[in-house]
Amino acid sequence: MADTTLSRALDSDLFWSFRNSWTARLSSLVLISLFLAAALAPVLATQDPYDISQLFLLDSELPPMWAEGGDPRYILGTDQQARDLYSSILYGLRLSLIVGFASVALAAALGVSLGLLGGFLGGVVDATIMRVADVLLSFPAILVALLVNGIARGILPPEQHADAAIWVLILAIGLTNWVQYARTVRGSTMVERNKEYVQAARINGVSGIGIMIHHILPNVLGPVLVIATINLGMAVLTEATLSFLGVGMPATQPSLGTLIRIGNEYLFSGLWWVVIFPSVVLVVLVLAVNLLGDWLRDALNPKLR
Amino acid sequence: MTLLSVENLTVAFPGRRGTVNAIEDVSLSIEPGEILGMVGESGAGKSMTGAAIIGLIEPPGHIAKGRIVLEGERIDTKSPEQMRRIRGRRIGAIFQDPLTSLNPVLTVGDQLIETIQTHLKLPRAEARERAIDWLRRVGIPAPEARIDTYPHQYSGGMRQRVVIALALCAEPRLVIADEPTTALDVSVQAQIIALLRRLARETGVAVVLVTHDMGVIAETADRVAVMYAGRIVEVGAVADVLNAPNHPYTEGLMASIPRIGPRPEILPQIEGAMPRPHARPPGCAFAPRCPNRMDVCSEQRPELEGSAAAAVACHLKAEVPA
Amino acid sequence: MLGFLIRRIIQSIFVMLAVALIAFMMFRFMGDPVNSMVSENATTEERDEVRERLGLDQPIWVQYGRYVARAAQGDFGLSWRNARPVSTLLAERFPATAELVLVAAGLSLLIGIPLGIFTALRPHSFLAQSLQFLSLIGISLPTFVTGILLILVFSVWLGWLPSFGRGEVVDIGWWSTGFLTLSGLKALILPSVMLCLFQLTLIMRLVRSEMMEVLRTDYIKFARARGLTNRSIHFRHALKNTLIPVITIFGLQLGGLIAFAIITETVFQWPGMGALFIQAVSFGDVPVMASYLVLVSLIFVIINTSVDLLYAVLDPRLRVDGARASH
Repeated sequence: MADTTLSRALDSDLFWSFRNSWTARLSSLVLISLFLAAALAPVLATQDPYDISQLFLLDSELPPMWAEGGDPRYILGTDQQARDLYSSILYGLRLSLIVGFASVALAAALGVSLGLLGGFLGGVVDATIMRVADVLLSFPAILVALLVNGIARGILPPEQHADAAIWVLILAIGLTNWVQYARTVRGSTMVERNKEYVQAARINGVSGIGIMIHHILPNVLGPVLVIATINLGMAVLTEATLSFLGVGMPATQPSLGTLIRIGNEYLFSGLWWVVIFPSVVLVVLVLAVNLLGDWLRDALNPKLR
Repeated sequence: MTLLSVENLTVAFPGRRGTVNAIEDVSLSIEPGEILGMVGESGAGKSMTGAAIIGLIEPPGHIAKGRIVLEGERIDTKSPEQMRRIRGRRIGAIFQDPLTSLNPVLTVGDQLIETIQTHLKLPRAEARERAIDWLRRVGIPAPEARIDTYPHQYSGGMRQRVVIALALCAEPRLVIADEPTTALDVSVQAQIIALLRRLARETGVAVVLVTHDMGVIAETADRVAVMYAGRIVEVGAVADVLNAPNHPYTEGLMASIPRIGPRPEILPQIEGAMPRPHARPPGCAFAPRCPNRMDVCSEQRPELEGSAAAAVACHLKAEVPA
Repeated sequence: MLGFLIRRIIQSIFVMLAVALIAFMMFRFMGDPVNSMVSENATTEERDEVRERLGLDQPIWVQYGRYVARAAQGDFGLSWRNARPVSTLLAERFPATAELVLVAAGLSLLIGIPLGIFTALRPHSFLAQSLQFLSLIGISLPTFVTGILLILVFSVWLGWLPSFGRGEVVDIGWWSTGFLTLSGLKALILPSVMLCLFQLTLIMRLVRSEMMEVLRTDYIKFARARGLTNRSIHFRHALKNTLIPVITIFGLQLGGLIAFAIITETVFQWPGMGALFIQAVSFGDVPVMASYLVLVSLIFVIINTSVDLLYAVLDPRLRVDGARASH
């Protein structure tokens, strides 16, 4: 029973697999760099893109510094509003990752709780949870996220839309993605529930919740970690898509998706850099997460394949 | 004229651990109308010999040495398209598992008619008549109705009858039957063997009957070839081989068949296991398991010596010709 | 077969009732429907009168029943944003989305299946290997980025194809089609390519793996042993068995196409239902959102049911209920 996620993660097999997979090493290197860049955005950025007083309209629509007419102060050029693209991307990456991580955390918390609950209690509770999960799964994720987003916007007064956007996004993406966690955890819980140590704990008078948390939870965390990694890529992509569609982060607080949306509006003005650079960062981020997730899935638990 | 002769056939599989020979130096011949049994453990090379004859060795396997001659015509060097025209038309094949050998989404009639029309240039109506006739000959009741049904609507034994009809419907002179009864219920096995024997007599088709079941051979075949570790170790008329086996391996095989009469306490078994193709010892491959092993056996490989009617590959017999 | 059909239809009705319940709850509990019906300075009496007229004073399940009854007749109420009937709005937008999705689905099948077959039959050829690699990238690329790249290359840089709208459309009754004019067809190219790309890679990979699986089966080996031609083995014996599972997945993915059309319609300012839905989401226009949900779910349910039926027609093993022969 001491076979917790931690000890499994430190298992030499995992390290061996990591050392032998160049995609795993490359994608984790890329991810660490991107995470660091996002975390240190205020230090690395040359400008605060949210502070209008730092923008000089004369410097708008400048191409990247190496192109003709570029300005060395603006490495990747500027947009219509003279925002430094390099700084915008750093802050946008930061927002995209915050939304991504927070919604994955929400989905995991929700899914794990519901899965434990359903698996442990069974009966009507379990049937209800699983039926809702089935219905959710039969609709494309982006549609569900849009719908939750729309409902939240319908409830909130319009003047609060911009401020609440980040919370609405986290909620919408989190509520869309919990099903996989719930299914996996429910399955493992049902297996664990009948094992002797759980029965023993019950006989010894430990409460139901106590058993779940202390005994079952550590055993189901391995698969949850794998799902969470794969879901991070999906969450970042969903956030970008919603923001691109104009129902995500507002232009005053742009995420990568919002930046691409803004760039898309100036496509015909020849400002290709405004759309290309955020897109490249987004694609690299998602690709790296997906590759790492694929590797982790194969390395940690071949059964999930 | 000899219908088919295989001469010194070697099939090689290049692999990571170097090239291995699935079969080595296999020679055999079969006369028109004859039933030749091929017996041996799984992995001995019986099925591979059959696959080589119909020209369907899975790549990267290939014929490395030897020739295959059908009715005086060499066929191992033919192009894939020429070989395709021979398959079905001149050499038929019956597969082991009737449950998986038939295409589930085509009717039995479609599969028969297509096979007939591929090889015999007949109009569809006539091909259909023949298909119905073949179903009747293999013992399918109400063939006029059953011809338009799908394989899943047949039982296992009935499906194997359909497989036999498919193998024979373009009237080949030779048919390779690869373990035709292994996947069937014991009660059905005897029916299928009887059917094969009857059809061989009626149509004059020669059969290479691949099996690991000595009992089936004893009941059905005229001659038998015993294979061990990729080679033929003994050939002879069934009665001779059964009653007086020359090779120690054949002897072991015979001893392990349950017989009517005074029973021994336990059925004797040959100790050890057949070597894998990449781990064959020099000399005689059977030597490590042979009760009559001599020094020469682990050094020099015995050649198959004798006539097509009776031959054995064993140093013991070479010294004292039978 | 009949029992199967009835079971599927009953199941579908339950799904639709559940979706209608969600739509109704959105409608009923998000904001006050009365607000959308009266002027801002209406008196309490006026409001109560509207409330009564709308039946909002009735028990909740009666209201739900009425909602379902009206929805079944195509009456989804008025849009909060521009006070027009939602059914009219959807009907105006439906042809644009339908044409886009159909062309994209057709393209993905027409290109995806042959590519899948090719890569399965010649897995070691250079072309097959390149296709396999490209499809990996195709699956990882966000769709809207693909769309923007298409516009950048074919509209901005090369100037060959329009980047927005449907071009000229021709009205045939209530349906407006872009198929009949050159500009309409040109306008369809980029959006449908963007929409089909993901689907296409999926179908190609699926056909490839299914076909390779089928080619290893005993019945294909037995067909070879009977001397059938390669053409018949590949395109008659193997293809039919390959396409049965592909059709199921494709049916499920068709729903995905409708959802992804939302993104395509935004990128290309395509005047379809998806664009309408996005506007509704950003303005919190509940009647439009709810109705879109009901309509799209209805399409999903119809597609899924037809796929199940088609599957039963194509696979003889499912066609005859339990008719098995004895020895």
